[in-house]
Amino acid sequence: MSSSSFRPKYGGGELPAGQGGAAPPSSGDAKGGATPRQPFIARHPSVLIFLVMLAAFTLGVTVLSEAFGTAILSTSFIKTLGKTLCLCLIAIAMDLVWGYCGILSLGHFAFFGLGGYMIGMWLMYERTKDIVTNSLANAPLPPTPDEIRDAIGTQIFGVVGGAEIPIIWYFADSLVAQLALVVIVPGILALVFGWLAFRSRVTGVYLSILTQAMTLALSLYLFQNDSGLRGNNGLSGLQNIPGLTDVPQSIISMWFFWASALALAFGYLLAAFVTSGKFGSVIRGIRDDEARVRFLGYNVEAYKLVVFALTAIIAAIAGALYYPQAGIINPAEIAPIASIYLAVWVAIGGRGRIYGAVIGAAFVSLLSSWFTGGGAPNINLGFYVIQWTDWWLVLLGISFVLVTLLAPQGIGGLFDKLVRKS
Amino acid sequence: MMFRVLAVLWLALCGSFVQALSLQEVLQANQAAVEKASRKTVDAVLSDLVTAAAPGTQTFIEKWADRDVWMRKEDKLFFFVETDDKKTYTLLDIETGAPISEAQKRDLKQLKPNSGVRSVLASYLVQFKLMDPEPRRRAQALQSIERDPDESHYAPLKASIEAEDYPALKERKERLVRLLAIRFEPDEATRIAAIESFRGNLSVEARAALNPIVETQTVFGVPENANIARILRYDQGDIDQTTALRLASAAGAIMPQPSLPERKAALEANIVDGVVGGVPLHQLDRQAARDAAYEALAKAGAVPDWQAAQSEQDALAEMEFAVVYTEPSAAVTEAAEATLASINQSVGLYQALDLGLDALSLASIFFLAAIGLAITFGVMGVINMAHGEFIMMGAYTGYVVQLFVPNYTASLLIALPLAFAVTFGAGVAMERLVIRWLYDRPLETLLATFGISIALQQIAKNIFGTQARPLTAPGWLDGAWVMNDIVSISYIRIAIFVLGVVFFCLLLFILKRTRLGLEVRAVTQNPRMASSMGINPDRINMLTFGIGSGIAGIAGVAIGLYAKVTSEMGSDYIVQSFMTVVVGGVGNIWGTLLGAGLIGSLQKGIEWLNPSNTLAAQTYMILFIILFIQFRPRGIIALKGRAAGD
Amino acid sequence: MSMLLEVSGVSVSFDGFKAINNLSFQIGKAELRAIIGPNGAGKTTFMDIITGKTRPDEGRVIYGDRSVSLLKMSESRIAQAGIGRKFQRPTVFEAQTVRENLSMALRNKRGPFDVLMYKRNAEGAARLEAIAEEIGLTDQLIRQAGELSHGQKQWLEIGMLLAQDPRLLLVDEPAAGMTPEEREHTTEILTNAAKTRAVVVVEHDMEFIRRLDCKVTVLHEGAVLAEGSLDHVTSNPEVIDVYLGR
Repeated sequence: MSSSSFRPKYGGGELPAGQGGAAPPSSGDAKGGATPRQPFIARHPSVLIFLVMLAAFTLGVTVLSEAFGTAILSTSFIKTLGKTLCLCLIAIAMDLVWGYCGILSLGHFAFFGLGGYMIGMWLMYERTKDIVTNSLANAPLPPTPDEIRDAIGTQIFGVVGGAEIPIIWYFADSLVAQLALVVIVPGILALVFGWLAFRSRVTGVYLSILTQAMTLALSLYLFQNDSGLRGNNGLSGLQNIPGLTDVPQSIISMWFFWASALALAFGYLLAAFVTSGKFGSVIRGIRDDEARVRFLGYNVEAYKLVVFALTAIIAAIAGALYYPQAGIINPAEIAPIASIYLAVWVAIGGRGRIYGAVIGAAFVSLLSSWFTGGGAPNINLGFYVIQWTDWWLVLLGISFVLVTLLAPQGIGGLFDKLVRKS
Repeated sequence: MMFRVLAVLWLALCGSFVQALSLQEVLQANQAAVEKASRKTVDAVLSDLVTAAAPGTQTFIEKWADRDVWMRKEDKLFFFVETDDKKTYTLLDIETGAPISEAQKRDLKQLKPNSGVRSVLASYLVQFKLMDPEPRRRAQALQSIERDPDESHYAPLKASIEAEDYPALKERKERLVRLLAIRFEPDEATRIAAIESFRGNLSVEARAALNPIVETQTVFGVPENANIARILRYDQGDIDQTTALRLASAAGAIMPQPSLPERKAALEANIVDGVVGGVPLHQLDRQAARDAAYEALAKAGAVPDWQAAQSEQDALAEMEFAVVYTEPSAAVTEAAEATLASINQSVGLYQALDLGLDALSLASIFFLAAIGLAITFGVMGVINMAHGEFIMMGAYTGYVVQLFVPNYTASLLIALPLAFAVTFGAGVAMERLVIRWLYDRPLETLLATFGISIALQQIAKNIFGTQARPLTAPGWLDGAWVMNDIVSISYIRIAIFVLGVVFFCLLLFILKRTRLGLEVRAVTQNPRMASSMGINPDRINMLTFGIGSGIAGIAGVAIGLYAKVTSEMGSDYIVQSFMTVVVGGVGNIWGTLLGAGLIGSLQKGIEWLNPSNTLAAQTYMILFIILFIQFRPRGIIALKGRAAGD
Repeated sequence: MSMLLEVSGVSVSFDGFKAINNLSFQIGKAELRAIIGPNGAGKTTFMDIITGKTRPDEGRVIYGDRSVSLLKMSESRIAQAGIGRKFQRPTVFEAQTVRENLSMALRNKRGPFDVLMYKRNAEGAARLEAIAEEIGLTDQLIRQAGELSHGQKQWLEIGMLLAQDPRLLLVDEPAAGMTPEEREHTTEILTNAAKTRAVVVVEHDMEFIRRLDCKVTVLHEGAVLAEGSLDHVTSNPEVIDVYLGR
């Protein structure tokens, strides 16, 4: 009678146990309680494998970089790699919230963008301050703080026809405060939105549409000139770090690459920690049968909220590392389409596995820049020349359909099969 | 005097005067007055001209006013001229325009009436035109007065009413007289009556005539004998500091203070060996230090005196300012204000109506865009992210048809069913190839259809390019249905509304009255039970999906008619369509209707509150919807009971 | 004997259909009770009301020593208060191991941060082993729940129920699809559990109910038709009418 209500929302047993990688299931209570507690890493060898590979990759890139002297990899390519690491980090967040907790959020790029905006405000403000102070140094009278502030306001907001510095820039002169805001603003937005959405038991596609609406609302809001964040001009010049104008970009790009790698490592560890053990068990339970978890006495809404907010914060941190490497952020970055692409990466990589998300994000985003950057050779069909800059999206769209249909486990699924066979 | 002339004019036109003097003869009789016309003498000349009513009089007055009349010095006759080289002139007869002879420039004198004379001439011309025997010409004259009313038109216009035998023109003249009376009538009572006759009138002209009367300016102090609208006090916050300062200092009531930039410039000008007013330069990065330096300079008399801002405030506090009407008569301004208030009230009323119509047409677009989505979502629980691209496909189908069929009406008639067929086919293909494998995985359907959406969008971009393509509406859909100056709605929007209504009724009929509808409803409510009763859910799913997509195609043609056709047009509508479905509730046409109505009117309403910013309107609308979901998570019309299956 | 759960005057209707009609029901602290009734009698809706899934239109549901009303509580709060439920179709987390399933159900703090920081301990492990022993799944602990047989899934679900250590167990058709031996084992588990807590079993199978040997409540059209021993109710002519459909 009530069976229809408890149909698994998620295609039943098709998803893997997903213990933060290919590790054997080990949560719960050790048999007889006699087994000595092993360190976390030892219980999750895949985490170790990943960290070692990431370290090796970082080292390799460092050695080949311009900053090191060999200059086999250009600075712009290092930036691309650094950005890719950030995308891998947000993909992990997406995997946590979707692959593990079953919330197909189409809004995580909004948090990513907000993180970028928060750090971008400091970068832009301080850099403009430097420029303004320099130019005012030659004035007959030394400038007053008010004059400096006015000049900064004109410099930053002249492009949207303003000169006043909006109230939301109140903390923009403090790096510490803006770093805190990177976490606080997206975190609070996620908490408020999540609380509203989960409280009213919006699930499934409804929830996806709602998150998409949130993203759209945010990006439309930021597109306005009076949003206080320079409308569609966005924030620019973010690659210049205030106070470090003498340091060449090749070095700065290396620092950001390392920081991204470090953040990714921590993100991976955190995700592995969260998804293993009982918490992981509960959120996977929520993904597969939310009502059942509720009847076990778990407050499903609270769990969803924790996961949603936590992943929003991870996404924001990824964004705060990404945009200084990209140099510019504007509201188009937050458009709903970006968050959908994020879901595409995770699906192609294989959701429900943390490394799957990393593989998907790295693979698809690098492939995408290869194809759209004109790196891929055109195919001459005789009557028509396939130019990949035009046809890449078609290929991506179709391959996405094929992955969904034929390999719902994504690349990670193939990977698992190989590991199991060997 | 003017009226005397007009009365004569009237008689002349009636033809009761028969005296065959030629134009030249009349002019020669007043030769001196014509040659050296002045404001005093010209009336007599004109009076004679009118009395004579010789042919060509009107043309002559026109040319005279335009300084195109020349006099031959030897016989003092008047001619029009033509010239090729500015030396030799061909003289033309003033009655017939026929060439008479040639003359040298030095033998001729050009008549140059001064501006006073010219304005008298112009007002006579108005009389001529307004009383022209040809009604069409009279209408033209009226039109030119409407376009650019002038005081000189008022009297002739008023005088011409009585003789007007065309009711339509008479009405128009009367209305125009009232409009002119608002501005030019010297008698106050008549003027007020004219003003009040426009109560509740919506025309732009009425407002244009009334607004100058209530024009005001703000002055310092309260002048006596002025028509004062209201009194402002600075300490009541009625007037801002900058304006108050400007007015008060202009009136000499307050000493103008040097502004901040002025003081800074003064400081800069008085730097002596790195010290200003006794303060070292490097300390001047604080406003307080700068103020001290300036005061020191002022004490030394090097710069204008300056008191701190507080004293300005104190001085202003006691001051009164007045908003004064430029129109001196209080009765007139009062009547104008009252009339304008009543006009604004009706304007508001009609604006609300216009807004309502706007909302309705937006709602019908949303309804058309969303209904296909609602059907597939309701029946199959499938969100089709490529729905927007089906809309786009429909629009491009319309565009391609127009390439082959140049007749817009015919092409539209072909495009509508063809768009349905194309998108129906695409929908069925998609259902067969992709969606049916994913029925138990709704989230993955969402993603797979999204993949299709990006591929379709890019393919359209590759085929049709990125620039917008036109989908031209047939001529009979051009233009708008105009109710008055405020309410108007374009025929295309009416057509879309009709299309929306047609589809609503059609779908309602199919669902409630046909076998297919019965089966669809059965599958919606309980697919397993339906299939055990011999309904083939596969076929139903395929058909529903096809129909839903087909309607999207038709919506695409409709939307393409008033918006541009681009490869991205689908994504412009998809989120609104989702909102419509979510707000309306799934699986119910009425729900979609209500959802579209709510979202359409909401969007228009917010745009009305904040007209400059449509982006903000959309933002707030989405926020509203997120909150709305809090209270009705299943939409306006929700399935109840256990069938809803949370 | 004071009552653990008192349901009084409860009614609920869906789109005009009265699923529960002025129903009253009581159960003691350590009691086994069977509920029978034809399809559509309101058995599942009755459980939905107690567990907070469905809100009744009227009536009271009072629970526990402090006589709290369940009507204002969320599903998870009701479960935490000690009411466990087994569903008609076995609903275990098929993508997780038997151990994970049981561990999730074990009586512990349920808050997200408590769970995130949860450390395995010997006491918990011992309880888990004991429950696995009782439901006969000791050897299956590391298997995916999806790989279990139908009967094993039923037991796992009962095991998850026991792991919650509830004061009231609501068990919907525990014996469906079981072999006779499996049924015997199930009966054993249930009667054992009823020694220390209240157990409500909804079942169609008369043979199974006879084996439970307990008080029986017969539901019909959303109301209690008869109550008493199985022999008593089966001899009630009204009950016979309802079952035979006359």
